[in-house]
Amino acid sequence: MPTTSIRVADTPLLREILGRADDALVLGHRLSQWTGHAPMLEEELALANIALDLIGQARALYALAGEIEGLGHSEDDYAYLRDSRDFRNLLLVEQPNGDFAITIVRQVLYAAFIDPWWRETARRSTDSRLAAIAAKAEKESAYHLRHAAEWLIRLGDGTDESHRRAAAALEQLWPFVGEMFAPLDPSLAGLCADPASLHAEWDATVNEVLDQATLARPAEGWMQNGGRAGRHSEQFGHMIAEMQHLARSHPGATW
Amino acid sequence: MVMTVMDHNNLRQRAWDAAAAVVDPEIPVLTIADLGVLRDVEVHDDGVTVAITPTYTGCPAMNMIAVEVETALARAGIANGRVRQVMSPAWTTDWMSEAGRRKLAEYGIAPPPKAGGRRALFGAGETVTCPRCGSSDTERISEFGSTACKSLRRCRSCAEPFDQFKCH
Repeated sequence: MPTTSIRVADTPLLREILGRADDALVLGHRLSQWTGHAPMLEEELALANIALDLIGQARALYALAGEIEGLGHSEDDYAYLRDSRDFRNLLLVEQPNGDFAITIVRQVLYAAFIDPWWRETARRSTDSRLAAIAAKAEKESAYHLRHAAEWLIRLGDGTDESHRRAAAALEQLWPFVGEMFAPLDPSLAGLCADPASLHAEWDATVNEVLDQATLARPAEGWMQNGGRAGRHSEQFGHMIAEMQHLARSHPGATW
Repeated sequence: MVMTVMDHNNLRQRAWDAAAAVVDPEIPVLTIADLGVLRDVEVHDDGVTVAITPTYTGCPAMNMIAVEVETALARAGIANGRVRQVMSPAWTTDWMSEAGRRKLAEYGIAPPPKAGGRRALFGAGETVTCPRCGSSDTERISEFGSTACKSLRRCRSCAEPFDQFKCH
């Protein structure tokens, strides 16, 4: 069993599939870090359940990537044997959990995008394998969106302290939303939903939630990107070091 | 050896019956046939393949169910029993059998509402009956429960908390 990093073929199709898989894995891993630390038992279960859904979605997409790539790479190879620069996830999903408000705002911003992305991909994808994954995932993402939206409303429309923290979280994470809407590579038209086409629906969902939460939408401004090109934050390096440590230190370990 | 049509159908039925008796490891009153997780049995010249579908993409019970199906086939004297996972069509709680829904309620878990489909983001919640006292005056505590497929509720009439199988 190798411990050195794998080399992944670089095509627009693989970049797209691995980017989506990495989003799900990285966010799932971040949420799993709440296990044992969540503010209450019900929320602990909820975050762990959502993490499980996301990691399940990542597994399905990595398996598809392996099939497309045809080099014999497994789901685990993609998750554990790639370096930070080969991960193509959005910067938004790798942001550290912070306080509960940061976690919930991150969930709202991502779920309000990925829920319609899965739905449209399930309806329109020309790849039956991706459409099958999307049809399952969109049922899960609908629950994730509702869960996060209900919490954000409670935080924003709660106490002065919860409102202050929710507003601060929104300001902190807002510069990372622009990257979600990078248009689909033209050579992949028909494969999946074009993120650029989902902006209006995302705006409507987020505006409705913020309105009910009595939170102001941050001003549009400069947007940070780079995750899709493999340029990640320092915190991401720490996260994958922890995530990959066991697999790299004990190659082939099972339990 | 060439199988006759009758041999073929007979083998398929035996394999189906063996697989259908496997229970969900997390809700042991339900079989995988009750849940609609068991999708198909294919007979080949050299064995059979049982198709199962996950309830949720990350359902940790799938690997265990696959092993139990292989064991059940071996116990039924069927050689070369294999299991494959299928994703499409996506599993829905509408596939749960009537017997399954009844068994769930008797076990203390409220069965999923029928043909629920997608709910609006802020739509009205569904009406769920308490499996203990039958009251429909119940409230949701959390949409995520002890397993991926269940949510947590509480009955306002008898004050008992209970699990509900989520509509999916």
